[in-house]
Amino acid sequence: MERTGVSRRGLLGATAATAAAAPMVGKAAEAAQPRAESGGVPVTLEVNGQRRTLDLDPRMTLLDALRERLSLTGSKKGCDHGQCGACTVLVGGRRILSCLTFAVSVREPVTTIEGLAEGGRLHPMQAAFIEHDAFQCGYCTPGQILSAVACVQEGHAASAAEIREYMSGNLCRCAAYPHIVAAVQQAGPQMRA
Amino acid sequence: MRPFAYRRASDPADAVRSAAGAGPPTEAPVQYLAGGTTLIDLMKLDVMRPEQVVDLNGLSGELGGVEADARGLRLGAMTRMAEAARHPAVLRDYPAIAQSLRLAASPQIRNMASLGGNVLQRTRCNYFRFTDFAECNKRVPGSGCAAMQGVNRKHAVLGVSDHCIASYPGDFATALAALGAEVEIAGAGGARRMAFEELHRLPGDTPNVETTLAPGDLILGFFVPAGPWTRRSLYLKLRDRESYEFALASAAVALELDRDVVRQARIGLGGVAAKPWRSHEAEAALIGRRLDEIGAGRAAQAAFASARTHGDNAYKVELGKRTLTRALLAAGRLEV
Repeated sequence: MERTGVSRRGLLGATAATAAAAPMVGKAAEAAQPRAESGGVPVTLEVNGQRRTLDLDPRMTLLDALRERLSLTGSKKGCDHGQCGACTVLVGGRRILSCLTFAVSVREPVTTIEGLAEGGRLHPMQAAFIEHDAFQCGYCTPGQILSAVACVQEGHAASAAEIREYMSGNLCRCAAYPHIVAAVQQAGPQMRA
Repeated sequence: MRPFAYRRASDPADAVRSAAGAGPPTEAPVQYLAGGTTLIDLMKLDVMRPEQVVDLNGLSGELGGVEADARGLRLGAMTRMAEAARHPAVLRDYPAIAQSLRLAASPQIRNMASLGGNVLQRTRCNYFRFTDFAECNKRVPGSGCAAMQGVNRKHAVLGVSDHCIASYPGDFATALAALGAEVEIAGAGGARRMAFEELHRLPGDTPNVETTLAPGDLILGFFVPAGPWTRRSLYLKLRDRESYEFALASAAVALELDRDVVRQARIGLGGVAAKPWRSHEAEAALIGRRLDEIGAGRAAQAAFASARTHGDNAYKVELGKRTLTRALLAAGRLEV
């Protein structure tokens, strides 16, 4: 699961080191650094079907553990305060916000955007997002897709109005909302088939 | 975020033992972790600074669950908001509670947040949440209240003091207050039960003391007594956007009617008050009278008679009255 070679994350980090001002990246790097006074805790996470044991600072959120320790950078850090939904992942099949979850407290299997495709085939929700052009910049998209998968599984995708209500925890500042609703409407029946 | 020691509670008694202490529980060095949606947010903002975090998530089995019988509804404290909101008995017999949960936060947060933690969520007052502001009597006792002269459009008009005008932001607690719920608590001295209305304190001159709990006190669950009014109940929430937003004004109402005359009324108000607010004044104004626009309007008048505004939030008196009036008339039209 941990990748080798130059990752996008590593590249960003290197860029940040040479840049004077990169507040978001700087903040993320600081949060990821275990400090001596907060001793590491062994944590076993099952992510996308693979079990990994990590030594984590108790302060580390699930989001930072996924991104900084497991190199699963698909889950995005938007607001980091539970207001935007970009960090949405599934834990025990339920959609949650990984930025407001301490990694040490996670007890159930985690599914991230990297774990949705099966055998190189996109999940119907991923395919529907591409088909309906349900994004512009793409930053909120992994969270949107995981939220949408859960929205269908919960049985909250019966109508456009219901989809809008039950997708309200995922903000899209490009305002791709109409296309997102269309994608969920298409993928819903395909997921149930 | 400041460093802290992490510990998993093995059972409720273990949790209580590890967190017991003195002073306001929000300032205690040991904090409970349930859904984390308030605690982790405020730890990132450096508003809450626990030295130890005691994780309750292994206790979901013994502290979770929803049960309903002829006496009433029992909601375990570790039940997640989403789970309680979709429970058939809650939906059918206590619609105000189901609606207050469903209209709160987002699906993700409702999957995370526990009922016990939800009622203890902290205010959304930005002068409290952001430490760049020097004045906040809730965060730094005695420092003043920047909201009085500041941007206070979302602040409270009921139950406020000269020291704090922060509003209590929750929906579920408003429904619990209205329906006369009780809260079960485990503490250093054993288990106890009290009226939910007595859980939260008014700010007075100690707005940093938000509840009557002591450090280590653990909410085990809530009990909502059955009554002929619970089915004729609803939660009406008004906000800046249609979804995923806190209330500017809300009303939880439950009525028992004899034709169009009110026999019993239970009324809670949200988004407008310093704590989960039950309006006994509005209830008294309704009982024995006809439920029409005049009667509902008179109750709304009584509910806001003691309102105090601070500039930007003056509109909340009228908005609150109209919210309650509309909720009462809608509850009257329900077919139960």
